[in-house]
Amino acid sequence: MVKALGKTKFEPLMHISKRSDIEKWKSWLIRIGAGVLGLFVCAIVSAIFTKSFGGFFSSLFVGVFGSERRIWKLIKDIAILLCLALAVTPAFKMKFWNIGAEGQTIIGCLMSVICVHYLGGSLPNAALLVIMFLAAVAGGALWAVIPALFKAKWNTNETLFTLMMNYVGMQLVSFAINSWDTTGHAMYGNLTTGLFPSVGGNQYAINIIIAVVMTIAVFIYLRFSKHGYELTVVGESVNTAKYIGINVKKVIIRTMLVSGALCGIVGLMIVSGDAKTITPSVVSGRGFTAILVSWLAHFSPIGMVLTSFIVVFITQGAGQVSTDFDLGSGAFADMIAGVFLFFIIACEFFINYKVKFNMSHGIFKPLKKAQERRAAKKAAKEIVADNLGDALAADVVEDKISDEEEKG
Amino acid sequence: MGKAIAIELKNITKTFGEVVANNNVDLDVQRGEILSILGENGSGKTTLMNMIAGIYFPDSGEILIDGKEVVIRSPKDAFAHHIGMIHQHFKLIDVFTAADNIILGEEYKGISIKDEITAIRDAHQKENSEFFDYNPDEDAGVLEYMSTPKRHKKGATALSVAAVPFKHLFRRIKFGWLSRNRAQAIQSIANRYGFEIDLKKKIYDMSVSEKQTVEIIKVLYRNADILILDEPTAVLTPQEIDKLFNVLRRMRDDGKSIIIITHKLNEVMEISDRVAVLRKGEHIATVETAYTNEQELTEMMVGKRVELNIDRSDPHDVADRIVVENISATNHDGIKVLDNVSFTARSGEILGIAGIAGSGQRELLEAIAGLQKLNGGDIWYFDPNSDNEKVDLRSKTPVQIRNLGVRLSFVPEDRLGMGLVGNMDLIDNMMLRSYRRGKSIFLDRKSPKTLAERIVQELEVVTPSTHTPVRRLSGGNVQKVLVGREIAAAPTVLMAAYPVRGLDINSSYTIYNLLNEQKEKGVAVIFVGEDLDVLIELCDRIMVVCAGRVTGIVDGRCAKKEDIGLLMTKTSQDEADISLKHKEGKNG
Repeated sequence: MVKALGKTKFEPLMHISKRSDIEKWKSWLIRIGAGVLGLFVCAIVSAIFTKSFGGFFSSLFVGVFGSERRIWKLIKDIAILLCLALAVTPAFKMKFWNIGAEGQTIIGCLMSVICVHYLGGSLPNAALLVIMFLAAVAGGALWAVIPALFKAKWNTNETLFTLMMNYVGMQLVSFAINSWDTTGHAMYGNLTTGLFPSVGGNQYAINIIIAVVMTIAVFIYLRFSKHGYELTVVGESVNTAKYIGINVKKVIIRTMLVSGALCGIVGLMIVSGDAKTITPSVVSGRGFTAILVSWLAHFSPIGMVLTSFIVVFITQGAGQVSTDFDLGSGAFADMIAGVFLFFIIACEFFINYKVKFNMSHGIFKPLKKAQERRAAKKAAKEIVADNLGDALAADVVEDKISDEEEKG
Repeated sequence: MGKAIAIELKNITKTFGEVVANNNVDLDVQRGEILSILGENGSGKTTLMNMIAGIYFPDSGEILIDGKEVVIRSPKDAFAHHIGMIHQHFKLIDVFTAADNIILGEEYKGISIKDEITAIRDAHQKENSEFFDYNPDEDAGVLEYMSTPKRHKKGATALSVAAVPFKHLFRRIKFGWLSRNRAQAIQSIANRYGFEIDLKKKIYDMSVSEKQTVEIIKVLYRNADILILDEPTAVLTPQEIDKLFNVLRRMRDDGKSIIIITHKLNEVMEISDRVAVLRKGEHIATVETAYTNEQELTEMMVGKRVELNIDRSDPHDVADRIVVENISATNHDGIKVLDNVSFTARSGEILGIAGIAGSGQRELLEAIAGLQKLNGGDIWYFDPNSDNEKVDLRSKTPVQIRNLGVRLSFVPEDRLGMGLVGNMDLIDNMMLRSYRRGKSIFLDRKSPKTLAERIVQELEVVTPSTHTPVRRLSGGNVQKVLVGREIAAAPTVLMAAYPVRGLDINSSYTIYNLLNEQKEKGVAVIFVGEDLDVLIELCDRIMVVCAGRVTGIVDGRCAKKEDIGLLMTKTSQDEADISLKHKEGKNG
């Protein structure tokens, strides 16, 4: 028959329920709280090695904002990461899992350098830059459209395809460097032509201008253009797209062309405005970091300005911490950045879900007991105070009576 | 009544986030009765039953079985209390046979390893002590010696104890083998209640009704005394419903308690002894079926008086609008989903399509809308705006169809997955049809905004604003947005697949009225429905499909539910004479 089922009440420790809606300020409070908490945990972790809790914060902020040079480095890094994030966004918004931004960018770099290598010196710098721009855009777009074509034609897995294209791109760069190499170092020297001119004495000005223009352009493209609307519909539901007569294959190919072209532009920015040379690792993983930046901002171009700042801030700051305290190679900086970003990403859970602890659960017993003890103490005190008060009052009354007696 | 109460719910409350699914619900079910739980979609019927079946756990309240408070944390606990639930979406394994599915998950009811070990130890100890008490001097003899208690050595006990887990494992495996021969036990249950079932049949070969039978036998096999059926008739034909009800009555007479979740009034009246009405998570009342009527129940369910009549006007200016000739289509797996389908949809008329879910209704509508690849046949459209010019719609894309000037509107079955985009707001959803207009590369959001506001106002859509993502709206409001948009395109053909599925009564009638309005405007309306009563009340003609084939077209004004039911399950023969009979009936 029915077996005994133990206690009659089942008390789970906590309730997790999905939020249907959350106020804007609340969600920002959670995000900021997570950021602050993340920094503190990072500080604690680094204090284990540095024996200095406050030192972490001073190094972190000095490392990022400490000098004009550092601030410019911050801005320049933000510009490139932001542009890359903007570049991957159309594809991700379409739910096309393009993790090939790294490769598309490096092909953009390669195309730019090829232009400089073969045309440098024979053309005025402005004309050379225009040609570099076109070549980089074409290269990036080509690298992106190949997986898109395969996806549209044979429904291949775009994630693996774009990932593999990264390695092909890097190998092509290695090949190019080796075949140009005359010194035997397998390195490509610094460029002398095909660089962005400085504007108002600032060598990063062009990169920053491109980033601003691209942010606005991508925002308008996604929000107000018919293309942007179509790719959003495809991303939300392919069935709906088909139902209203959107040519899904066409949209996939077109969007990847746009995405790749933007990556190509970033390639040019890296070559002409930042690294001024090319190596197989010149993009240094930023093609992947950009995906994080884009997702964290929920694909909002304006939000990406903030998220790219956060990511660059923590990487740069953590790098400074590890230099200041002599903590060796980049491993420590990466770890700190990872811990911090974990908090930033994990807090989205608390924005989407509500967690309510069940205070009657056994785990809270000590807490409850302490509370009870406190309440009991308070009550006892009150009783004492009351009695004392009465006693005092009685004293006062007695005093008054005796006073009156004296008068009378 | 004097019957024993089998299960009683007291003050049951369940919330999901901020949504209160059940609020302080009291309910009792007696032995040997059929109780209907009646309520609109979202009134908390299924949630309440899921708490009895161990799927959910109540936030507060008590469940009493035979007067004793119990805790049901999982379906396993529910079975231990002899409660079985047949869910709306069957939980069967397709590649297993009926018998395998029924015994699946059945537990080996042995004693626990710990108990067995203690038992062995006790037995050995007892025998050892008897051995020492035994005095062999009293009578000597071989026979006597044979029957003297054995003395177990210490090592022997340890060995037996150590072997227990292996024995258990072996028994478990052996049980798995044996269980394949349980067909007899299952068959006897089936015979007892009059189920027709082939236990060796694989689930994927079964019809919906057969699958349901497997589910019911499954819970009976687990000795369930309290059976909960969630919307058991939703996917059945009238004949299958009759069969099911007979079985349920037999089970009731056998002393079982049966709970049926439903929102169909006529079934409530037909089968149940008592009805419990839920509204917005609250228990409104429990009444005896004999002392109530449909009108009263509706009022309890909706909370106000509702007119349950559909005005069906006589069609006028009837002209052929869409002519479908011998179309066929196959799905991904190469199975024929449309088989030589021909029919005509006329202007000023509602053509109903009846059939068991998945009989080709969706493919048929999608074929007309240009979304389904055809293997053969023709689809013609007669354009009323250019002197009924004949337009070929076959193998055109939706955009091509629109560019031909065909005003075809389509309300698909999957509202948020096809007709609308859940994450977009009302305005952007209005644009789905019209965003291409104009040469500009930018979107025009002005006219969609006006349209959205107009639909919100005219159809009384409840929404915080036109900037709210549609997935946040309730089912009825989502459907109003979708139907509103499709009608706003001033269609000449309006196709609607299950447009009232999941809607409350009021919203359903709004939709029926909208379809009727379109019909009177001279639109050719094609309506795919599942409720035969509604189809018969609303449609001028009803086409019945079965397994991708048209098995008959009957007149809506004189059709019989039973006849449509027969056509819904018809294979190939004698379909002609039923439709003939009806034509005669209509003429005569």
